[in-house]
Amino acid sequence: MAVASIHRRPSFTARFVGVTADITARPSGAIGLGLVTFHLMLAIFGPWLAPYDYKAVDANLILQGPSGLHWFGTDHLGRDTFSRTLLGGREAILVTGIATPIAVLWGGFVGIFFGLVGGKIDDVLMRVVDAFLSLPWILKMLLLIVTFGTGIEVLIPTLAFFYGIPVIRIARAATHDVVARDFVQAARARGHGKMTIIRSELLPNVRDALLVEGAMRWSWMLLAFSSLSFLGFGVSPPTPDWGLMIADARGYMSFAPSGVLAPVLGLSSLIIGINLTADALAKALGIDRAQKAPV
Amino acid sequence: MKDTMTVDPLIRVRDLSIGFTGRSGITLPVLRNIDVAVRPGESLGLVGESGSGKSTLALAMMGYLKHGLRVIGGEARYAGLDMFALTRRELEGIRGGRLALIPQNSGQSLTPTLRIGAQLSEALRLHSKLPEGEHAVRVVELLEQVRLPDPSAIAGRYPHELSGGQQQRAAIAMALAGEPEALLLDEPTTGLDVTTQAHVLELLRDLAAETGMAMVYVSHDLGAIARVCDRVVVMYAGEAVLEGTTREVLRNPRHPYARGLLASIPKLADARLPLALDGRPPAPGQAGAGCAFVQRCAIAGEGCRTARPELATLPSGARVRCHHADRVGSLPARAPAETGRRVIAESDAILSLGDLSISYARPGILDQLFGRRPTATPTVDGITIALAKGETLGLVGESGSGKSTILKAVAGLLPPAGGRIELAGDGALPPLVDDRRPDQLRRVQLIFQNPDESLNPRQTIAEILAQPLRLYFGLSGEALRQRTEALLESVRLGAHYMDRLPSQLSGGEKQRVAVARAFAAEPDLVLCDEVTSALDVSVQAAVLDLLDQLRRSRNTAYVFVSHDLAVVRALSDRVAVLYQGRLCEIGPAAAVYAAPSHPYTEVLLGAVLEPDPDTAPRLTAADIPERSPPARGCPFQRRCPRKLGPQCDTDMPPWRRGKGGHSIRCHIPHEQL
Amino acid sequence: MLRMLVRRLALGAITVFLVSLIIFAGVEILPGDACTAFLEREAQGQLLENCRQELGLKRPASERYLEWAAGALTGDLGVSANGQKPISELVGYRLRNTLLLASCSMLVGVPLALLLGVVAALWRDRLADLAISTIAIGAMTIPEFVSATILILIFSVWLGWIPGIVLTSADAPVAEFFPEILLPMMVLTFVMTAHILRTVRSSVIEAMASDYAQMATLKGVPYWRIVFRHVLPNALLPAINVVALTIAWLLGGVVVIETVFNYPGLGRMMIDSISDRDLPVTQAIALIIASVYVGVNLAADLLTMIANPRLRTMHMRKG
Repeated sequence: MAVASIHRRPSFTARFVGVTADITARPSGAIGLGLVTFHLMLAIFGPWLAPYDYKAVDANLILQGPSGLHWFGTDHLGRDTFSRTLLGGREAILVTGIATPIAVLWGGFVGIFFGLVGGKIDDVLMRVVDAFLSLPWILKMLLLIVTFGTGIEVLIPTLAFFYGIPVIRIARAATHDVVARDFVQAARARGHGKMTIIRSELLPNVRDALLVEGAMRWSWMLLAFSSLSFLGFGVSPPTPDWGLMIADARGYMSFAPSGVLAPVLGLSSLIIGINLTADALAKALGIDRAQKAPV
Repeated sequence: MKDTMTVDPLIRVRDLSIGFTGRSGITLPVLRNIDVAVRPGESLGLVGESGSGKSTLALAMMGYLKHGLRVIGGEARYAGLDMFALTRRELEGIRGGRLALIPQNSGQSLTPTLRIGAQLSEALRLHSKLPEGEHAVRVVELLEQVRLPDPSAIAGRYPHELSGGQQQRAAIAMALAGEPEALLLDEPTTGLDVTTQAHVLELLRDLAAETGMAMVYVSHDLGAIARVCDRVVVMYAGEAVLEGTTREVLRNPRHPYARGLLASIPKLADARLPLALDGRPPAPGQAGAGCAFVQRCAIAGEGCRTARPELATLPSGARVRCHHADRVGSLPARAPAETGRRVIAESDAILSLGDLSISYARPGILDQLFGRRPTATPTVDGITIALAKGETLGLVGESGSGKSTILKAVAGLLPPAGGRIELAGDGALPPLVDDRRPDQLRRVQLIFQNPDESLNPRQTIAEILAQPLRLYFGLSGEALRQRTEALLESVRLGAHYMDRLPSQLSGGEKQRVAVARAFAAEPDLVLCDEVTSALDVSVQAAVLDLLDQLRRSRNTAYVFVSHDLAVVRALSDRVAVLYQGRLCEIGPAAAVYAAPSHPYTEVLLGAVLEPDPDTAPRLTAADIPERSPPARGCPFQRRCPRKLGPQCDTDMPPWRRGKGGHSIRCHIPHEQL
Repeated sequence: MLRMLVRRLALGAITVFLVSLIIFAGVEILPGDACTAFLEREAQGQLLENCRQELGLKRPASERYLEWAAGALTGDLGVSANGQKPISELVGYRLRNTLLLASCSMLVGVPLALLLGVVAALWRDRLADLAISTIAIGAMTIPEFVSATILILIFSVWLGWIPGIVLTSADAPVAEFFPEILLPMMVLTFVMTAHILRTVRSSVIEAMASDYAQMATLKGVPYWRIVFRHVLPNALLPAINVVALTIAWLLGGVVVIETVFNYPGLGRMMIDSISDRDLPVTQAIALIIASVYVGVNLAADLLTMIANPRLRTMHMRKG
């Protein structure tokens, strides 16, 4: 036997470090991960960094342009736009940050389970998933929000539920690919139980696809969350939120464009950051993301 | 080189090295200092195992490099033109015209959205002077020339509507469209059934004779090379290690690798196990300063490690890259002793299949509504076989013969449509895995064809082996570790493999792990599904040897499924021949491989290519693709060269028993077969 | 092939049926009904009773579902809770306007996406590809209301070229929507193009690396002929389904864009109906959008079946 160097399976930390290194090795991945880290830091340390109180109204400072005191100017109530932009992502990151893992976990489990079991139950489930997907997200969300309110205790479960449904489809497709392979057939022929097969044969092979899927879901959830805020169905004032800030400042766009541009910059940089990271992650894990439909 | 340089070579490769840039930035060579010449009308074979660089060399002759590869040094000339210096337009004029390629996998090399006729006339448009209006006629002529039945119908079909053999013929026709001076054939028959392969090779021989084309034939199969080529270059780890006439290379190989390779090929006429060639070739860049073969060489001396041998010309005219070419003849050519073949009474059967039938037809929605059962002819039918303890039953047949399907049914992965599967001491087994008891499951284990597919890429070797040990014996902790180690030892892998992932192992090592996993269950019966067909020949020999050892030491019974008759011969006590899911012949190995035979067995045996320049295949049956469902009456009637008449169409032939437990299912009596 | 067709149609019908069930059940389960919404604060006691009696809300849910579904099949979508007008009348022009917006965007977006996707693939990792791919990521990920806002800022506020808001009424003739429709159209095209071109790019790259593309090269086929004759017909097949999915997905995005631009389409009507708790209208719009989604996907499947010789000639292989 050729006795080359003895390879060992990389531990979790080693793999994490390896994948991170792979992501940052690409310029786009490095920029993306940098943006995401920056925003996470802002969300945590924002309150200490903001120069002004985000809800301090000042009638003398309405719709001021950028100045040394107020870098991004002030809004229609005279509040400091810079401070509000710094804090404008906290609610969104909190809500989507909790809802995304829940969505991926429940959607992933259901998808893997029914992908393995197959048969009629699986067919029925897929029809229900299709039916849910054929309704625009905004309709599903709005119906619940209008009825139950816009608190995070409503937003988190609602987002987690609806964004878990497309994950079912992805997880099921990934599972089907794996189930057809001989090592799963071998495990079945040995007589392992379904849960053992899921845990030791399927999960390790579907995990990467789910991870990438999770990153994508996160960006879409952020998109949904800020769209809801923008439409007035999300965060309630005076909590600073990018979507809401853009909606508020739109009316004064002609004479105070900085009120729109600042939150646009905040929101766009976070979402682009997540997507660049997801792309680089997919490449690092060897998954082609572009082939997937945006449902 | 011999003094036959009166004619200028058509293809001249001089000191060619090709490589790619590795992760660390170092250039890793895949071809090293290749010197090859092909004269007009000559047929040269490039033989080697996977990774030897033979396909890269053939493509380089067309001035083509796969993505990432580049020329490090040397040149490849065609008719005096430096192929790597030509412009794209000049290359387009030569490729497919004077120099044409027949690809490895025609199924994937023909454009799926274009009809065969359109692809052929494209070649005509590019490389012939025929006016557009005459293309249609010429396309039919070309398809006729490659002996395709009903050529005008074939021209109107899409690639996926043709069988594998037909696709290959269409690809040959496409290459002929430009009336080439030289053909490059990249494993043109790999993946085809034995009978189809033999027919395609005969066609290529005939075409070469008809047209006087030169051929460069790339293959891992010395049998195919022996049939087609005048001269052979043996490739190893990116080097040409031996070059000579086909006869000389096959009869008296003067390089230790070539000799080992030949010894590792199972032969139809020889029931002994082939001789394994241990180890594996160095990866690109790993060959070191010495001879690339040094680690696997039995006659290597100290000098072999430090100095790379030059290509030296022997008195016979052959060229060899070895310091000790004179000592190669002392190496053994075959395994010392014949393995004992046993004829075992069917009474102590471990497994018996009683009239087993399997159908892939599933009831449709309407059938379910009305409670109808599907009436389609079953894919596999009437399989009655008994297997004794410790016996090896070889199951041979071409693709679509249902041999793997039978294994799946025995393993409980496919529900049979009818019949019984009985395991000694346990009575009839429940048809599906889910209903079988753990002990029943433990006694029957399955090994798959391709270890890349059958080993979970995310599990370490220790985890893979732990699965059956935990499940059947509840082992854990130290006991589990010790047992895993012992298993690895038993398949000749060390304990240091435990923490590796399958991707870090070679193909042969992976298949050993799969064998170890099956034996972890301490089974009474192991089902082997084409277990060596994804492996290189030299590695295959080692796995066959391992399986034989394990069988002896544990008295395990095997059902050994393969399409390769020589491999089956080397391992089996008894052999069953399957055609279209029906048994044709069954009996002790020696009897099945000797006359009298079922007409189908005869066809199969006749099509086998031996690595011997003096044998020719006997092609008796027409090479037509079988249809499904199988014919009523005798399943082989459509292709049978000895068909009697209407009784073959309507009546399933009776089993006729011959000497020594040998049975044939044919209307023709034994004496006349 | 015929069997596949029938099967596909049946699946589509089942999906629409399930959607109608989900919509109906969803509205049914949520607290409040058409009467509580309509009467708002006065919704109590006798008034509420009377209203429910009048609208037939007291009958069992299954009965009302059947009536609603049967009505929807014949084009009768019921009456709105606010104003009691027939919904089919309210929806008519709105649906036309949304389809106008969507089809204008498609006409520009799909060819553009195919072109850019192929260009990015053929010049993979070069400047053209990097530029296209980077812009595509931006377009895909930035929320529609953000890009809409930026476009309004640039084209209406700063340059003053196109109006930033649509003032045309819902039932105006099609011609009157120009040029107001241009900005919403641009936003929609932008997003759609990005999604489709990414798929096209990756499937063209895959097809260029295929065995048959290599074979065509080694057969001496000129590069551009390989691209157009051998690669693109194969590579663009998967794009058909993605185009369909993207269109369907944009139905959700249209809602936001219509609101931003005050465009009188179905999406804005949906938002309004939800805000007003006009549940019959919400139900109707949901059903229409879901049917369009199913229909577009069905059309894509049929198109793939026709375009892909493998599927088209299925019956020959099955015998």
